Amino acid sequence: MLGAEEWDIVRLSLKVSLVAVGASLPLAFALAWLLARGRFPGKVLLDGLVHLPLVLPPVVTGWLLLIAFAPNAPAGHFLADWFGLVFMFRWTGAALAAAIMALPLMVRAMRLSIESVDRRLEGAARTLGATRWQTFRSITLPLSLPGVLAGAVLGFARSIGEFGATITFVSNIPGETRTLPIAIYSALQIPGREAEVTRLAILSVLLSLAALILSEVLARRSAAGKGAGHVL
Amino acid sequence: MSFEISVGKRLGDSEIAVDFATAGGLTALFGPSGVGKTSVLNMVAGLMKPDKGRIAIDGHCLFDAAAGIDLPPEQRRIGYVFQDGRLFPHKRVRANLLYGHALAQESDRWMSLDEAVAFLGIGPLLDRWPATLSGGEAQRVAIGRALLSGPRALLMDEPLSSLDRARREEIMIVIERIRDEMKLPILYVTHDRDEIDRLATETVVV
Repeated sequence: MLGAEEWDIVRLSLKVSLVAVGASLPLAFALAWLLARGRFPGKVLLDGLVHLPLVLPPVVTGWLLLIAFAPNAPAGHFLADWFGLVFMFRWTGAALAAAIMALPLMVRAMRLSIESVDRRLEGAARTLGATRWQTFRSITLPLSLPGVLAGAVLGFARSIGEFGATITFVSNIPGETRTLPIAIYSALQIPGREAEVTRLAILSVLLSLAALILSEVLARRSAAGKGAGHVL
Repeated sequence: MSFEISVGKRLGDSEIAVDFATAGGLTALFGPSGVGKTSVLNMVAGLMKPDKGRIAIDGHCLFDAAAGIDLPPEQRRIGYVFQDGRLFPHKRVRANLLYGHALAQESDRWMSLDEAVAFLGIGPLLDRWPATLSGGEAQRVAIGRALLSGPRALLMDEPLSSLDRARREEIMIVIERIRDEMKLPILYVTHDRDEIDRLATETVVV
């Protein structure tokens, strides 16, 4: 079974991924909403930027983060001075890298679920006396919620597996930034630790599979709804 | 006067232009499909903005392009019964019925849930999900939902078109009672001669 050190790795991975998804969820939803409903110049560009981490070499994403959030870079300087937030070589940086890498997947899933909400139901709610905001809260959000949660779980799965941008941005510091994939990579560098690699790899497969299945179940519920599509 | 509607709207290649006033009762908007009858209802409800003109109900101005008045749908107090019922799929029948009721001001409500349920005979449906309702049942609930929101007028967009003959008859009786007993002005879109002969007190050809 797993040793204490390995449990720490799992705990760190879960912490990094949960924080990554939790903190980026509002941004992901707002972006999904803009892309699903918004009509503005530059929408294609925004769509491209959101999807960039999906196709960019992760090492490039990590390097860009390094440039942006180094203590003497403008963004890093500002966040450190005003919020006491330091990303470089910290677990928070691993969460930031994971969040950016997970963002495209989260936005895609959420956008689909927002687009699948029948806008005529929103019109019906308006004629019944609901303001835009009340309509959003009582109709749009609950109807798209399973898809939004599916997107979040998918983002969590992606965060658990994040490697390239993370190791570039925050390096490989035991107990701070050595997440599950980075720990596997480290163990692979040292002869005689095959058993540890095997254990961590199995754990990685199980965690990812569980998240994927959960995400799929939620997405199906979103599509079937309580009879969404059978409005009559 | 109940409905005073004089609006124009360009939609793609076609131009919608109507100009009429009604004296209450049920006014049928009659014409072949595709001439924009539903668009007229959407403009009255506030779901579509006319390019020009004026809309008023019982003297309350809802839209006046010249005066820059354009009330949002939630402030118009107009019940809308859609062709497809359009019930909220994630809410049970009871919550659907009470949706507009809960949002309406106390002084604007003129019907209670119990009265609506008795009037429409939908007591046994209250705890059901919309997906489990038949077409006729769903349309009754949709009518109840609109009435409970305390409207001062009703819009109906081919409310019978998806129903079989027996269900049609039941809903027609309901509509007659809304027209005669509740005295609610109704704007009714149809392309069916029989419905006009039976229900309409006035007809506007679009």
